[in-house]
Amino acid sequence: MHDAVPSAAIQGHQLTVVRGNFSALQEVSFAISPGSITGLLGPSGSGKTTLMRAIMGVQAITSGTVQVLDQPAGSEVLRKSIGYVTQAPAIYDDLTTRQNVQYFATILGVDDAETDQVIGVVDLTPQKDQLAGSLSGGQRARVSLAVALLGNPEVLILDEPTVGLDPVLRQSLWQLFRKLAAEGHTLLVSSHIMDEAEQCEHVLLLREGQVLYGGTKAGLLTTTHTRNVEKAFLKLAGARHE
Amino acid sequence: MNSGRTLATARRVLQQLIHDHRTLGLLFVVPLVLLGLLCWIYQDTPVMFDRIGPALLGIFPFVVMFLVTSIATLRERSSGTLERLLTMPIAKLDILMGYALSFGLLAVLQAVLASVFSVYVLGMDVTGPLWFLIIVALADAVLGCTLGLFASAFARTEFQAVQFMPAFVLPQVLLCGLLVPVLQLPTVLHWLANCLPLTYAVDAMTRLGVDQGVTFREIWDVIVVAIFALLAVLLGAATLHRQTK
Repeated sequence: MHDAVPSAAIQGHQLTVVRGNFSALQEVSFAISPGSITGLLGPSGSGKTTLMRAIMGVQAITSGTVQVLDQPAGSEVLRKSIGYVTQAPAIYDDLTTRQNVQYFATILGVDDAETDQVIGVVDLTPQKDQLAGSLSGGQRARVSLAVALLGNPEVLILDEPTVGLDPVLRQSLWQLFRKLAAEGHTLLVSSHIMDEAEQCEHVLLLREGQVLYGGTKAGLLTTTHTRNVEKAFLKLAGARHE
Repeated sequence: MNSGRTLATARRVLQQLIHDHRTLGLLFVVPLVLLGLLCWIYQDTPVMFDRIGPALLGIFPFVVMFLVTSIATLRERSSGTLERLLTMPIAKLDILMGYALSFGLLAVLQAVLASVFSVYVLGMDVTGPLWFLIIVALADAVLGCTLGLFASAFARTEFQAVQFMPAFVLPQVLLCGLLVPVLQLPTVLHWLANCLPLTYAVDAMTRLGVDQGVTFREIWDVIVVAIFALLAVLLGAATLHRQTK
C-alpha cells in the first residue's frame, strides 16, 4: 500500500488532555509500529479510553500531537481507515445484529456481502436476526467489533473488546487479532487486566495519565527484571512513587 | 451530503421504530382518540369543532414529532452511536436529514389518518382541499421533528428532554391562535406570536377550514413553516460535534 513503510502507524508526542480541572493525560508520548498488536494496559481511570478517543479524534487535545498513518488524528481521510470499538458498545439496541452491521456498512460504503462475513468472523451468525438489546454484554461487544472490522481498516482501536467474555471466546478473539496483525493491520487493544498482555508483543502501560512504559513486552520484562507484566507494572509504579 | 447515506439513516430509524410496536400504535391512534374526544365535547356546537379541529390537525403532528425526535436523538447522543457515526464518513446533515425523512414519512401517515378520520368519520367541515391539509400537517410534523432535533442538544437526560415539551412547545400552542385569535392578542403577544412557527401552521389550517381553495396566504404560511424547519436543521447540525472538549 505504501512505498515506504511509515516509521509508526500511530504516534503521540507530548500529548496532554485536560478536562475541567482534571488532567486525563499528561505529556504522553508513544509510537506504535505498523502490523503489530499493542496492549494498552492500566487500571481503570488511568487514561486508556481518553488516549483511544484522542487517537480517534473525538477527544479534543489540550497540547501535543497525535498522528495516525501520518495524518493528524481526526482527519477526514482517516474515517475509513480506522475501525473503533468503544468501551460501551456503540450499537442500536432496537435493531437486529444484521441491521446494525448493515447500516454501518452502508455509511462506510462497504459492499453488503461483507455484512454477513464480519458477523461470521465474530461468531454471531446464530444471533444474526436477534435484537441487539436482547444480546448478552459480550455478544453486544462483538456486534461493535463486527462493525469495526467492516471495510478491512488498516488500524483497529479496540477499547476493552474482551472484557466479560468467556475465556474460550476471548482466546478465539485474540487469535483473530493476531491473524489481523499478521496481515499487516495495526491493533491497539486496551484492557485493565494485565494478563491480557500475554497476547501482545508490544505494551503501553498507563497510570494516572502518564506512560509508565512503552515498547516490547520482552524489553519490559528484561529492564524490570520481572517475570510478568503485572509485576513489572508494580515495580515501575513503585519507582515513580519513591 | 450523500443521498445514499441519508436514505440509509432514514431506513435505519424506521427499522428501529418498526421494532417498537407500542410507539407506532400511540403515534397513530392517540391523535384519532383526541380528535374524537374533541368532537364529542362540542357535540352541541359543531361550529366550534369546525374551528378548533383543523387547528389541532396542525398541532398534533408538531407536538408528537417534537417529542419522538427529541428523545430519539438524545438516545443517539447518549448511547455513543452518534459519536461512533461521526468517526465515519457521514455528513452531519446526512444524519439530520435521515431523521427528518423517516419521521416525516410517519408524519404523513399520521396526518392522512387524522385528516381522513376527522373529515369522513367525525364530519369536520373543511372547505379547502384535503391534499393541502395533509401538506400543511406534513410541514408541521417536519418542523416538530427539526425543532426536536435542535432541542435535544440541550438535554443531558430524558427527564430534561421531556421538559422541553412544555418549555418549547406549550408557549407556541398558547400563542398560535388556538385559544384567542392572534389578531386579538395584546400587542406584544401578537408580535411574539408572529415570530413563532406554529402560528403560521395553525393559521394555514384554520384558513383551510373556511377558505374555498388554496390561497397565496396559505402557501406563504407553509413556506414560513418550511423556513423555520430548515433553520432548525442548520442549528441542529451546529450542535453535532465530532469532537468533545
